[in-house]
Amino acid sequence: MEIFLQQVINGLVLGSMYALIALGYTMVYGIINLINFAHGEVMMVGALTSWTIIGLMQESMPGTPGFIILLIALLISCVVAATLNFVIEKVAYRPLRNSPKLAPLITAIGMSILLQTLAMIIWKPNYKSYPTLLPSTPIDIAGAVITPTQVMILGFTAVSLAVLMWLVNYTKLGRAMRATAENPRVAGLMGVKPDMVISATFIIGAVLAAIAGVMYASNYGTAQHAMGFLPGLKAFTAAVFGGIGNLAGAVVGAILLGLIESIGAGYIGALTGGVLGSHYSDIFAFIVLIIVLTLRPSGLLGERVADRA
Amino acid sequence: MKNQKLLTSLVAAIALLLLPLLLQNFGNAWVRIADMALLFVLLALGLNIVVGYAGLLDLGYVAFFAIGAYMFGLLNSPHLTDYFPAIAAMFPNGLHTPLWVTIPAAAGLAGILGILLGAPTLRLRGDYLAIVTLGFGEIIRVFLNNLDHPVNITNGPKGISQIDPLTFFGYSLGKPHEFFGFRVESVSMYYYLFLSLVVISVIICHRLELSRVGRAWMAIREDEIAAKAMGINTRNLKLMAFGMGATFGGVSGAMFGSFQGFISPESFSLMESVMIVAMVVLGGVGHLPGVILGAVLLSALPEVLRYVAGPLQALTGGRLDASILRQLLIALAMIAVMLTRPRGLWPSPEHGKSLQNNRA
Repeated sequence: MEIFLQQVINGLVLGSMYALIALGYTMVYGIINLINFAHGEVMMVGALTSWTIIGLMQESMPGTPGFIILLIALLISCVVAATLNFVIEKVAYRPLRNSPKLAPLITAIGMSILLQTLAMIIWKPNYKSYPTLLPSTPIDIAGAVITPTQVMILGFTAVSLAVLMWLVNYTKLGRAMRATAENPRVAGLMGVKPDMVISATFIIGAVLAAIAGVMYASNYGTAQHAMGFLPGLKAFTAAVFGGIGNLAGAVVGAILLGLIESIGAGYIGALTGGVLGSHYSDIFAFIVLIIVLTLRPSGLLGERVADRA
Repeated sequence: MKNQKLLTSLVAAIALLLLPLLLQNFGNAWVRIADMALLFVLLALGLNIVVGYAGLLDLGYVAFFAIGAYMFGLLNSPHLTDYFPAIAAMFPNGLHTPLWVTIPAAAGLAGILGILLGAPTLRLRGDYLAIVTLGFGEIIRVFLNNLDHPVNITNGPKGISQIDPLTFFGYSLGKPHEFFGFRVESVSMYYYLFLSLVVISVIICHRLELSRVGRAWMAIREDEIAAKAMGINTRNLKLMAFGMGATFGGVSGAMFGSFQGFISPESFSLMESVMIVAMVVLGGVGHLPGVILGAVLLSALPEVLRYVAGPLQALTGGRLDASILRQLLIALAMIAVMLTRPRGLWPSPEHGKSLQNNRA
């Protein structure tokens, strides 16, 4: 039972990080129908930027409480990631808005390789150990443990989600976003500027990805130029799983995916008598995805994007 | 006009036939680059059936390549006899399955898996399909990586080595041969084999494009609902596209296995899948000359850059590693080409509306 509870906690933490990335995917997909392959790399840039800032601050201002350092680093990396994503959209995706659908997909792949390469040049290819800034004494919950870092991850995710939901549902920008997702041309006629809305979407997505990146690095204690790829892939899977274009779907999909992955990894050894090990944890996500999509082709909660074949 | 066309093809054919003999003089590495380029052309042609003709975005195509390679590797290396005494007893001289069994086996298994992958995805549209195929590719790779335990089938991350070279009508392609007093290196032998496979594939693809099946695929690509309404069996045709594409992947995988003599899961990562899609799209999706151009460019460019990147590295004062520089140039090229020519470098003259973004 303790193992189960432990895996549930781990799964929730993992899932909430996926959720932050998945929201960026699903918003972009909902509005311009693009699988933004470079999104995982934006997360990586966020994580590595915060690593640099933390290093600088620890050197120049020793004695500052860890949480403050982390918060400042988080803010700066959000700004960096947002600027980066804004530029990427403007340079690589906007000129292709009316091109064949596969063209922006290829530039997104190119962008992903480019960002990884640039990160390798700026930060060198080695693994960096990410400092633990919060107290590392674990908190005991009925036999399972949760670290303060994990509590922080859950907290940050909850706050980010609340802010995002408020933004999308109750602000003018949110209404413009929903309108553009529905039909950019009609939204344009109604006085919405689709280009601005799309830029805003990329900026919001990048902020969420940067938060996820910082959380990811603090949770695992490492950061590296290739760290964004797999979480990006899983987050996209989560977005599809929940129904792409659907914000609540992305969150539900991501948390379910995190739970399936960690519970699966915890039990597969015992269930198969040691034949299959936890190395297989990466495939649960995909197997579940294939099953779900076979039964419900538009994801668990259904997609919000209209059928534009 | 017609004469001119004939002349160009003749010149091109002679040039292609003489190329390895010329390259041989500069070292076998250059012929190897040409070989790999041809292998990727073969792969890209297969993926073009799925993506270009039927309009199904497949991001897990490398899985079929992997299946072909492992099929060939297992049937033509000491791996199985080393780990399974029963098989060793059956084949005291080691497993050296003849070509005429391995190639159909590799093609068949890949084809069947292609259809199996296609079956659950029939109801999915567009990008959902992309993510499911991507997941399929990852599943295959994870299995290849971990099937060394409890029964050692794939030898895990260590891969399978000592794979036999192809033997073709008694000629082993693994060593040089003399023809009319002219020495043809092993790599050049492979070149001719791959070249003939590419030519056969181009003919098959061209005939397919013009056939009823090809027309039906394109109808599905343009508008699936309309195609269905016109009485096209979209289910069977989509499965057929998946199966045929996968078969091409399986055959090229088998070729790759024998050519390299060593395979490991590392060669079949998602990045490879993505690169094959990039080849097809970069060249001009659905257009055979474009696809070939894209495949040659993206497969040969990194290798050629290996030689160019050295001096370039010296220019930057050795700060940039050659391999990093190479990757940087590839990424920039992909972005630049798509921005300037969104329909690919050599697009087909008539283009379907499904390839245009008709949203805005």
